[in-house]
Amino acid sequence: MIELDGLTKRYGEKVAVDGLTCTVRPGIVTGFLGPNGAGKSTTMRMILGLDHPTAGDVRIDGRHYEQLTDPLTCIGALLDAKAVHGGRSAYNHLLCLAQSNGIPRGRVGEVLETVGLVAVARQKAKGFSYGMAQRLGIAAALLGDPRVLMFDEPVNGLDPEGIHWIRNLMKSLAAQGRTVFVSSHLMSEMAQTADHLVVIGQGRLLADTSMAEFVRRHARSYARVRSPQPERLLDALHEAGITVVPAADGALEAEGDKAERIGELAARHGIVLHELSPRQASLEEAFMRLTAGSVEYHARTEAGPRSWGSGRQGGTA
Amino acid sequence: MSTHQPPMPQAPAAAPHWQAAPGGSYPGYTSPIPVVRTHLGHAVASEWTKIRSVRSTIWTLSVFVFLVVGIGLLVGGLVSAHASDASMSGSNPLSFGFFGVLVGNMCIITLGVLTTASEYGTGMIRTTMTACPSRGRVLAAKAIVFFAVAFVVTLVSVSFVAMVQSSMLSGSGAASPSGGDWFKATVGVSLYIALLGLLALLVGSMIRHSAGGITIMIGLVLAPLVLALFMATESLRSVRDFLFEYSFPSQLSVFYDNTLSGSGPTGWDPLWIMMGLTAAAGAGAYVLLRNRDV
Ligand SMILES: Nc1ncnc2c1ncn2[C@@H]1O[C@H](COP(=O)(O)OP(=O)(O)OP(=O)(O)O)[C@@H](O)[C@H]1O
Ligand SMILES: [Mg+2]
Repeated sequence: MIELDGLTKRYGEKVAVDGLTCTVRPGIVTGFLGPNGAGKSTTMRMILGLDHPTAGDVRIDGRHYEQLTDPLTCIGALLDAKAVHGGRSAYNHLLCLAQSNGIPRGRVGEVLETVGLVAVARQKAKGFSYGMAQRLGIAAALLGDPRVLMFDEPVNGLDPEGIHWIRNLMKSLAAQGRTVFVSSHLMSEMAQTADHLVVIGQGRLLADTSMAEFVRRHARSYARVRSPQPERLLDALHEAGITVVPAADGALEAEGDKAERIGELAARHGIVLHELSPRQASLEEAFMRLTAGSVEYHARTEAGPRSWGSGRQGGTA
Repeated sequence: MSTHQPPMPQAPAAAPHWQAAPGGSYPGYTSPIPVVRTHLGHAVASEWTKIRSVRSTIWTLSVFVFLVVGIGLLVGGLVSAHASDASMSGSNPLSFGFFGVLVGNMCIITLGVLTTASEYGTGMIRTTMTACPSRGRVLAAKAIVFFAVAFVVTLVSVSFVAMVQSSMLSGSGAASPSGGDWFKATVGVSLYIALLGLLALLVGSMIRHSAGGITIMIGLVLAPLVLALFMATESLRSVRDFLFEYSFPSQLSVFYDNTLSGSGPTGWDPLWIMMGLTAAAGAGAYVLLRNRDV
């Protein structure tokens, strides 16, 4: 269990984390979402006692990080996969961590096996690919068989097989009753892994909700319809009291689960349809709508000089 | 598109739990791995693994031994080849070990700075501090391990050089050194060099940058003497004398009884001065480490 209470971090003028209060519970995977620069990594550093909070408090199973006498058996964390001395072998890297917490030497071999790095255990870390470094970081997090696990963007740099593996790993760790806290900017990734969501933007809490609740609230469903006789269709829909908005490609979109009604209506009026499909807006879009007001680093979609703000978040809030 | 959405209803805050005793009352996974209450010994074991498992340690120490022994033997050979009874009369044969140590100390400085600063370069420091949240303990463990390594390696090298040189020069009319001379030229020098390295380690911890730390330390070691060499005017005489007497090479030479100037620190003074400096740096490094973000 990780408890954040009004956690705040200021770097000079910049407020990186702003009064964050939430609880990360055991037994489930909690996703920590936010756009670039939202303050996810900063929050995680404060949880680990690396950065001192400007205000507020954070505890792990009721204790401050400095009070932990057996930190690695209490919490394991992957912050930055490249935070390894390049000249040291994977085995020695894990060995020095194990020794610092009195963890039996045998665990080093076990976690190397878990992450699939046994074959390169004696090689220097600087030769590792990003994915291998990521696996080494995960091995370090698992070393103490901790009750709490925290991963900062663990799927970064992993191949599809690796992503699949870490997803299942996180789920099984949570199923064993551990607290699993994992950050990401990818809603779609979280949708497949997390049971609970904490969303932040510009350091502020935007949502603290179960995944199911988030989906129910935010996954907008609509019907998409395209016809060579748009005027007749519009009239018919209007008569039936169905409001539609034109989509970019000339199709029409109606909010809600209306595909069946529209189909019946068209049949009754003898209107030709080229397309009729029930759709769900992606969670990614829902996430972007939620954080639209707090995205700091907008990118331009195209290289052309006239396309400012044409990104999907453009013009909102 | 919709505007800013209000935060969603929060799950009930868990504040009441915070009064609970650690352990027990928190639900969740229990590991079969025995829980160990960590202490300084664990941190020392960890730092020992770190320092011995990178090749840069082996390299810098090998170069150190090579310089101290190589220059020592070279000087010993030159002196004994050109020595006449008259010129050597009364001189201390151990004093010729000075040159190798003077050059070699750069390696110890480098290793000292790297022991702390390199972890900031790689980001390893975050892993280290996560594994051992007591920052003072991390610094102490690094200091203990480094000091022991630097002391032992220096002691072995300078003792070897001292023995070879004194046997090379034994027939040349040089004085035979007393037990006190031996002790100063071996254990004394080794303590002094290891402390210098420890100072470098602490500077590395404060600067958090390998190249910066090494530059500062080399400046500290060389600049006073170089400045003094060019202070020709009489008006700067007192400054010049001070720089001469307290520059690192002069203080090192006190251990060999061949100082540049007749005045200044004598006997074991340089060691006490270095201890004072290191203690001050240690306090500074500790305070900074405790208060800064990692
Ligand atoms: N040491 C620091 N000094 C100054 N500003 C910082 C520091 N660390 C973070 N920040 C700022 O705080 C904000 C939050 O950064 P943080 O790295 O926590 O974001 P993040 O959510 O992890 O982003 P990303 O998804 O890109 O990893 C950023 O605007 C960043 O510039
Ligand atoms: Mg981040």
